[in-house]
Amino acid sequence: MTPTELIAQKVRKNIIWSIYHAKSGHPGGSLSCSDIMTILFHKVMSAPRTKNRLSEDSFILSKGHAAPTLYAAAATKGLLTTAELKTLRSINSPLQGHPDVKHLPWVDVSTGSLGQGFSVAVGIAKGLQLKNSSNRVFTLLGDGELQEGQVWEAAMFSGHHGLSQLTAIVDYNKLQSDASNSEICNLEPLMDKWQSFGWQVINIDGHDHQQLLAALLADNASSQPKVLIAHTIKGKGIDFMENMPLWHGSVTLSEQQYIDAMTSLGCSSTELEEYQNV
Amino acid sequence: MSNAPTLVGQQSNSLREAFGSALSECANTDPTILVLDADVAGGTGAHHFRSQHRQRFIQCGIAEQNMVGVAAGLAISGYKPFVTTFATFMLRGFEQIRLSVAYSNKNVKLVASHPGLDVGPDGASAQCIEDIACMRSLPGMVVLSPCDAWEVRAATKALVNYSGPAYMRTGRSPCPNVFTEEPEFTIGKGYELHYGNDITILSCGVMTHRALSAAQELMTEGISVRVIHLPTIKPIDENMIIKAAQETSALISCEDHNVIGGLGSAIAEVLAENPSAPLFRMGLNDVIGRSGEPDELAAFYGLDTPSIKEKARQVIKKVNKHEQ
Repeated sequence: MTPTELIAQKVRKNIIWSIYHAKSGHPGGSLSCSDIMTILFHKVMSAPRTKNRLSEDSFILSKGHAAPTLYAAAATKGLLTTAELKTLRSINSPLQGHPDVKHLPWVDVSTGSLGQGFSVAVGIAKGLQLKNSSNRVFTLLGDGELQEGQVWEAAMFSGHHGLSQLTAIVDYNKLQSDASNSEICNLEPLMDKWQSFGWQVINIDGHDHQQLLAALLADNASSQPKVLIAHTIKGKGIDFMENMPLWHGSVTLSEQQYIDAMTSLGCSSTELEEYQNV
Repeated sequence: MSNAPTLVGQQSNSLREAFGSALSECANTDPTILVLDADVAGGTGAHHFRSQHRQRFIQCGIAEQNMVGVAAGLAISGYKPFVTTFATFMLRGFEQIRLSVAYSNKNVKLVASHPGLDVGPDGASAQCIEDIACMRSLPGMVVLSPCDAWEVRAATKALVNYSGPAYMRTGRSPCPNVFTEEPEFTIGKGYELHYGNDITILSCGVMTHRALSAAQELMTEGISVRVIHLPTIKPIDENMIIKAAQETSALISCEDHNVIGGLGSAIAEVLAENPSAPLFRMGLNDVIGRSGEPDELAAFYGLDTPSIKEKARQVIKKVNKHEQ
């Protein structure tokens, strides 16, 4: 494994660890975007100038139900401790069920209602354009989220305003809460849709770190926002969760399922014990 | 690019025109003010800002949900965005207002024209009678409904200086001036505009000038009416309401809004915990409007000055009977 693949694997272990303790949460769609967030946080986004910030660039998790990934990845950046991850979804925890700006200083806006975070990211990008700032804005959307009308309002606005500071990433794991996208409400042809809204579109394997890095670092076409259609696997990394809508959420993991999941992620007994001792 | 001239309000004393020109003036000295529009700038008064501050006027197209989210993002970037549209269409972005603005505590101002029956001939689909109820229910949201062009100017300046989510109702139709100059305006404060000690009328928005006319005319009948204007519906001026309930024998609330959830409900909530006098609510009695001129509609739905006077007489009778 490469260094970033090891971090992504750590992110997945953190996700399972926190959801196991929370006794609820969305593992499937959290695991599918672990590679994306790892590459963004560790290789793409600029370093923060002040403490308690993620970056000088902005990241908005529009698919707010993947909060466990946000927290797990933030922990690999030193913004949260493993002990804090254990408090996910509990009453006094800063780790609310969905990202909450009032609880975490490095979160810019509360999300969890699909489509909304995308518009906020678009607004930040518009602000950067007004200021002639070179900072960038990244936002992560779910595939089911694209069924929200607001997403296409925001896509149209971004194309019209030429928001070249903006990069959207679609976690295209093909499954949503109840069934596959194609059964619920088909998204295809997805690349054509974004292109026709004035976006530069890049199709990639959302688990391939080289592809992710190249697509995220590539300069946006002038005056165009950029979208990555990142093909992913729901439940990625855990054999009994992969491609199973059942693990969309919100689920409780039994102790045996927790151990099996951690083992599936290559967790040694020593590492498992380290988690246990937190 | 300009809108058809027929869309632009012609009356200098309409609340929407006053808002647009006041905000445009504020923007001369505050470079962080932005206006977001959903293709109704000619109708909301935002055209004043557009003509003076082209670079800071953000056309969002007819897409209110996105407009609200974009405003939250602009607030994160350090700007003071003013989201402008008709009150009904503001509700189109209500859930976005809830999460991206209110729950996230963003410095976004929502300013809506075309509230209530004041909309007139466009009819029920455009006459928003639910906005105050909706906005008032959001934690942390300030809700304003000033009464004339002078006060709209003052309230607009107060909004520029206030940091946090806020909603303000303006108005479509020409509206008589209540004030002769720009009044003092403090968010959260009520204003006693007419002294009286028999009963109290509490009003906001376009109902205030009608309430004042009613109070002045009732003096000739020997009825002494206090008029309290409550331009801030949230946070409401509890002390002024409680004092009026202690000093006068009954209260009447007047609003161009459904009687459920608006100004009358806000006052009722205060009185429920401080019961000194009964409250009678005037507004749309849980019915929707229809086309017509604003004055015709006010008469039809019992919200004009004669209706307020009649209500006051009935209330006095009822209270006196009760006291005997």
